[in-house]
Amino acid sequence: MNATIVVSIAMSIVAAATPLLLAALGELVAEKSGTLNLGVEGMMLLGAVSAAIVALTTGDLWLAAGAAALAGALGAGLFAVLTLSLTANQVATGLALTIFGQGVSSLVGKDFVGREVHRLPEVFPAALAEHPLARVLFGYDAFVYFSVAAALAVAWFLSRTRAGLVLRAVGEGDSSAHALGYRVIAVRYGASLFGGAMAGLAGAYFSLSLTPTWAVGLTAGRGWIALALVTFSGWRPGRLLFGAYLFGAMMIFELQAKAFGLTLVPPEALAMAPYLATIAALTIISAGRAGANLRAPACLGKPFRATA
Amino acid sequence: MADVGASPLLELRGVTNTFGALKANDGVSLAVGAGRIHALLGENGAGKSTLVKIVFGVLKPDSGDMLWQGAPVEVASPAAARKLGIGMVFQHFSLFDAMTVAENVALGLDGARADAALERRIVEVAESYGLPLDPRRATHTLSVGERQRIEIVRALLQDPKLLVMDEPTSVLTPQEVERLFVTLRKLRDEGRSILYISHKLREIEELCDAATILRQGRVVAEVDPRRTDARRMAELMIGSELKGVARPAARAPGEVRLAVRGLDLPPEGQFETPLRGASFEVRAGEVLGIAGVAGNGQVELMRALTGERRAPRADMILLDGAPVGALGPEARRKLGLAGAPEERNGHAAVGDMSLADNAFLSARHVRGLTSRGALRPRAARAYARDVIAAFAVKAGGPDALARSLSGGNLQKYVVGREMLQAPKVFVVAQPTWGVDAGATAAIRQAIVDLAAGGAAVVVVSQDLDELREISDRLVALNAGRVSRAVDAASASVEEIGLMMGGVHGEPPAATGGAVGLAH
Repeated sequence: MNATIVVSIAMSIVAAATPLLLAALGELVAEKSGTLNLGVEGMMLLGAVSAAIVALTTGDLWLAAGAAALAGALGAGLFAVLTLSLTANQVATGLALTIFGQGVSSLVGKDFVGREVHRLPEVFPAALAEHPLARVLFGYDAFVYFSVAAALAVAWFLSRTRAGLVLRAVGEGDSSAHALGYRVIAVRYGASLFGGAMAGLAGAYFSLSLTPTWAVGLTAGRGWIALALVTFSGWRPGRLLFGAYLFGAMMIFELQAKAFGLTLVPPEALAMAPYLATIAALTIISAGRAGANLRAPACLGKPFRATA
Repeated sequence: MADVGASPLLELRGVTNTFGALKANDGVSLAVGAGRIHALLGENGAGKSTLVKIVFGVLKPDSGDMLWQGAPVEVASPAAARKLGIGMVFQHFSLFDAMTVAENVALGLDGARADAALERRIVEVAESYGLPLDPRRATHTLSVGERQRIEIVRALLQDPKLLVMDEPTSVLTPQEVERLFVTLRKLRDEGRSILYISHKLREIEELCDAATILRQGRVVAEVDPRRTDARRMAELMIGSELKGVARPAARAPGEVRLAVRGLDLPPEGQFETPLRGASFEVRAGEVLGIAGVAGNGQVELMRALTGERRAPRADMILLDGAPVGALGPEARRKLGLAGAPEERNGHAAVGDMSLADNAFLSARHVRGLTSRGALRPRAARAYARDVIAAFAVKAGGPDALARSLSGGNLQKYVVGREMLQAPKVFVVAQPTWGVDAGATAAIRQAIVDLAAGGAAVVVVSQDLDELREISDRLVALNAGRVSRAVDAASASVEEIGLMMGGVHGEPPAATGGAVGLAH
């Protein structure tokens, strides 16, 4: 194996991890505020199809990314109105949102299926990324850098800022937060919309960079992986970053193993490997520490009614 | 202190608040003077909490005015209340278990972050008022008394002119209460006012300078608690003559019904208290009180007695001489050992099930509510109706959901459900926690009557007055150890308080000894 292959494997790992990281970060923030939105996959599809349509019709990739974030946030907004204002069941509403996203995205994307989207450009000039090792660091589009920066920003926001403290408080004790005068529902709306926008961007990464095209069900269930990552990371952005990259790596290794014609294990078992390995790894690193620091937000998924 | 002139610090005029058909507050007026500890006295449901929420800006009154230092104000939010100088210590603490002490404090201050500067301020204030607190500790590892300190320190950091305290002593030991009173008097001497909500008359007599008594949302009296008889205040509060518990004439206790012999129980989780060689006996016709501060093994002892957790050896728990330590709750119930745990909604009863369905859960064998594995709904509903009638439970009938009942009514139902099974041994935890005076008297009387009928009763409670009123003998639980038994009638509060020990890890000698309730 020469350096070029290693570099290309490393780069595909990063590419595979990026949408997971984006979607999972958004969901992490939403869950920290106490809302459990299982519609990540649906919001990703809404984002992916919006990005493809806008990119194909206007040619403006940044407008496409913005449209994807907006589409994801709209999906999350629908979820928020139903679950937060109308106190519908969060699990059922989230599942419905996924099905809704699948349906809407295939409907509006009908005329755009298979048309090639102009791919997102790399951030740094090609000259800087000429050397193979430099390419591993400087050879990506803006989404990759944004996702890593977002992980750091979310970690900082949750642990170091006043607003982050209030957001966590709302997720840990809704009635206590209400008694202290915090607007529980408003905070949860904000966190949900952020989660939706991030899921939309994760979807856009598929149609603007990974594939880059629109196809029905383009996100291929990654929204569910993002959800699982949030839980197995113990609601910690740092672990989430690690988990996303681990999962990306396992996925690429699986593809490579297939490409190299590895026949020792059946391909179906190989396809399971990324899921098992990621869950196992995150479970093991979480098991060592006292569980209390890694538990779910106490009010996760519970409806809140201000009874004063 | 600001110049307050002649006008009171806080004045309410004709505050009315209606929830549906219920008038929670009906034209309530009261005035809290500067540098005074003002009691707000009333039963559960009298409208105290609603009034407090209005003062703190959580609720908006339908009508009425609030004056602050003589000037009318509108308190639209807790933040606005804090800005005026009103601090609040909630009854059900507004704390976040998963967070640190400092984070919890920061959330109660406007714009604060849980940084090193705040940690220093917490330690400073905590020490100057005798409320030791480690700002980095996770809240869920603290005792109830320590958690209350977070709330107090949080309020004090805002330098309040008025501190509102909602039932602050309901979970404290006598020593902790005395220590809290020292802090409160110090605050008063600094010129601050305290609005002190309670139904514990002795504390109000001892601490407060003025008292407003509420009943059914209305002010029924303004009294000077230092000059008013506690009995008179109680009667104003409940609106009828106060009945004490009628005890049967003393007689020789019967056979030993329940014996616990050297019960050791290792902790199951990180925050459990192990039981260490617990031993005691309860005889037929006797009420044994188990005193102690929460977190000293009460929950664990209850679970061991009811069978939720098996004892390591069967003969560590004997029921009428027969070893039952290895039996589960169901088997023990069949043998006549009934229990009612502290947490009524979720442990003693399933909130989302009807009262009749809840009757099945504990009474199906003894009362034959099932036949060959099939439920007998009519029998269950009849039994639920019996309990409702016998214990004057205010409920919409046997089909009402358990969670729709108020805490006191659900407690009456849960206790009644066990008692009507005529158990030989009855163990109950915190039987009157959060229950109003009328229901409290009824439950206590029922416990005494059950014992008089030949049952052995174990009452686990943090309320010493309650234990002294209904128990024949008392033991204390401290760090999982059961103390020697003392005669409930002759033991002094100081003696029992010392048996109970201090807060976790603090030797009782450090706080006890010299202090005691002055009465």
